[in-house]
Amino acid sequence: MNELHVEGLTKSYGASEPVLRGLELAVPAGALAAVLGPSGCGKTTMLRIVAGFLHADAGTVRLGDRLLSGPGVHLPPERRRIGIVPQEGALFPHLSVARNVAFGLTGADRAERRRVTEEMLELVGLAGYGDRMPHELSGGQQQRIALARALAPRPQLVLLDEPFNALDSALRAGLRADVRAALHATGATAVLVTHDQQEALSTADLVAVVRDGRVAQCDTPQHLYGRPADPWVAGFVGDAVLLPGTVEGKGTALTALGAVPLATPPNGTRTGTVLLRPEQLRLTATDSEGAARGTVTDICYYGHDAMVTVTVDGHDTPVGIRVAGPLSVRPGQETGIRVVGEAGLHP
Amino acid sequence: MAALFALLPLGYLAVRALERGPAYAWDVVADQRTLDLLGRSLGLTAVVVAACLVLGVSMAWLTVRTALPGARAWSVLATLPLAVPSYVAAFAWLSYEPDLAGFGGAALALTLVSFPYVHLPVAAALRGIDPAQEEAARSLGHGPLRTFLRVTLPQLRPAAAGGALLVALYVLSDFGAVSLMRYDTFTRAIHTSYRASFDRTPAAALSVVLVVMTIALVAAEARTRGRAGHARTGAGTARPPVPLALGRWRPLALLWCGAVVAVSVAFPLGTLAYWLTAGSSATWDLGGLAETAWATLGVAAAGAGLTTLLALPVGVIAARHKGRGARLLEQAAYAGHALPGITVALALVFFAVRYAYPLYQQLPLLVCAYAVLFLPVAVAATRAAVLQAPPVLDDVARSLGRRPWQVLREVTVPLAAPGVAAGAALTFVVCMKELPATLLLRPTGMDTLATRLWTETGAGSFAAAAPYAAALILLAAVPSYLLGRHRT
Repeated sequence: MNELHVEGLTKSYGASEPVLRGLELAVPAGALAAVLGPSGCGKTTMLRIVAGFLHADAGTVRLGDRLLSGPGVHLPPERRRIGIVPQEGALFPHLSVARNVAFGLTGADRAERRRVTEEMLELVGLAGYGDRMPHELSGGQQQRIALARALAPRPQLVLLDEPFNALDSALRAGLRADVRAALHATGATAVLVTHDQQEALSTADLVAVVRDGRVAQCDTPQHLYGRPADPWVAGFVGDAVLLPGTVEGKGTALTALGAVPLATPPNGTRTGTVLLRPEQLRLTATDSEGAARGTVTDICYYGHDAMVTVTVDGHDTPVGIRVAGPLSVRPGQETGIRVVGEAGLHP
Repeated sequence: MAALFALLPLGYLAVRALERGPAYAWDVVADQRTLDLLGRSLGLTAVVVAACLVLGVSMAWLTVRTALPGARAWSVLATLPLAVPSYVAAFAWLSYEPDLAGFGGAALALTLVSFPYVHLPVAAALRGIDPAQEEAARSLGHGPLRTFLRVTLPQLRPAAAGGALLVALYVLSDFGAVSLMRYDTFTRAIHTSYRASFDRTPAAALSVVLVVMTIALVAAEARTRGRAGHARTGAGTARPPVPLALGRWRPLALLWCGAVVAVSVAFPLGTLAYWLTAGSSATWDLGGLAETAWATLGVAAAGAGLTTLLALPVGVIAARHKGRGARLLEQAAYAGHALPGITVALALVFFAVRYAYPLYQQLPLLVCAYAVLFLPVAVAATRAAVLQAPPVLDDVARSLGRRPWQVLREVTVPLAAPGVAAGAALTFVVCMKELPATLLLRPTGMDTLATRLWTETGAGSFAAAAPYAAALILLAAVPSYLLGRHRT
């Protein structure tokens, strides 16, 4: 089938520090995986190796039962059956939209090309745009056509290289959902490279966080957010509250916010960093039972919720608390803080 | 292969220059007269290049980016001087004012025929620049002039430098204008030396100095190119720009364009017309004229075809690869252009006589000479055109199942086609005008318009020469006109 297996990928440019240091990635057939990482982490290098534009120093790339890259093997890009959607679309400016989409349909006869092209245009919601030229389309439309062009030859794998970067956020959400739907409709395996954690969590079935040329964690979005492998991953995929804690037995840890229940029993660790999400903290009355106390220092209001920054007594760095619904506090006000749910403990 | 071909004459030069041992060659080069020639050649080149940059960039900007009345027509008119051979321009100015002979006259004539070499690539580059960048600069508080100086001009640098290089190479290798203006440069000295004696060494040694100057020039141009990528960045595909209103500068801009066109196009044509009417006594051999024109078209088309074919791979490699090998390849292609036509011709005669005698004084040899001489024209055009196609399109095409050569055929070449066609048209024009190599290599009995013109002028019969000059200019004007109309 179409599952992607990347194993032990290493790559360095010239004599400089390696960009990839044994990167591993497995994407099941038909899944949409996001490769998430800060700029310079090697995610684009990985994408270009999978696509066949770059040679890896070591490691293998397998798609289904085909070995694409490996020791002594390098299938050229045109024989990999991998579609790419580059940043900003990169449509061929000299070809009409229809001829852009049909570009990869080489073996097919005229009628078949026409049928597939129309099907693809419909799939991305731009039926009837075939006769336009690329410069007559908006940025979002160009990106949709780029996706249609990549999907038209029925590739086994589609690589998307930060495809929503250049678009405004209102357009992004809609396009993301449409891209997801189009990918699922064709059944292609897909890898989306991005540095935007919201995009990764909301679009992908599977998110691989890359740091310094290695995958730090690969999980479903919920697991990644709820049970990050370490504090760095936690901070990269979302806002995190990090508190020093001491294990008390019975699966709780004592922190500046009081005793916090742990998600997994500590295996021998006595002290460590306790990790909570801002939405696990609640503002309460200052005299409420078992609550820690602090002072509100700042409020960021987002409409659907707000981020309240609170300085906790007995803890140096302020913590963020996500508050849904109407706000009842002001900066400078004293407040109580309570923890709900379970926390992670990292050595 | 193409580059090797261009290097052939260099090999000949080395053999010839060292024929009598390095010491003798050094004596020739180290002579005081050589230093004089060096100063004169470099001085002339610097002045002409500077003047061409001013004319070419100003005309390109005015015709492409501003709301100049009749911009398209001006743009076409500004390419027409390409159709005027340097010797015709020199002749026109001399017949008007004989005192112009010397440095001033040579600089004037050469500038007015070669500024389109700057105008054309700069105009093409201006059309390729994303107007959003200029809009961004305007929004950052820059006025139109500062926007031009800080945003537009730096991006025009590769095009302007490429054009300036062509002008410099043109000046260094020009023979017709400097001969008529009696201004001694390397080419004239080499020609005199070839004609004066059977000892080929002095001429070859002087040619070597000329080649060294060319290599220095090409290297200097390559340095200005730098590391910056010049494919457009930014979302999607560019929209056509909105022309800049000229406001109260409009009359001045019109006056400037008018003056440039008047001295570069109207003046030589007027002079020619005068001679055509004045020479009513001369016999008009219409049959001979038509036959010569047909032969000229044929040989120029063959020359342009071969040159473009050879330039295509070199231009693509020069644009896509930044390695040392690619740089060397491109520079090798430029080597031919600074060699005076007569040197290239003699080199080819030398090879043909020794290794391919049946080709001697046959058409293929002449076509080869054109290819060696004008490869740089076509390579520069191809390279600039390929740079307009962003490399990411190659990646996309590869991922859609195209082999590298298919990518070249279906994506790179179609995108670069307008620029490549412009290069081919330009090559066609310069082939038609070529004189010294044609004089030596043409098959016995065949005349081109240029050689007939030269013969008649040499015999002092300006009126008899005028019809050939007129035909040459008319024929060369057609591709020049198409060049000016073509839009990337």
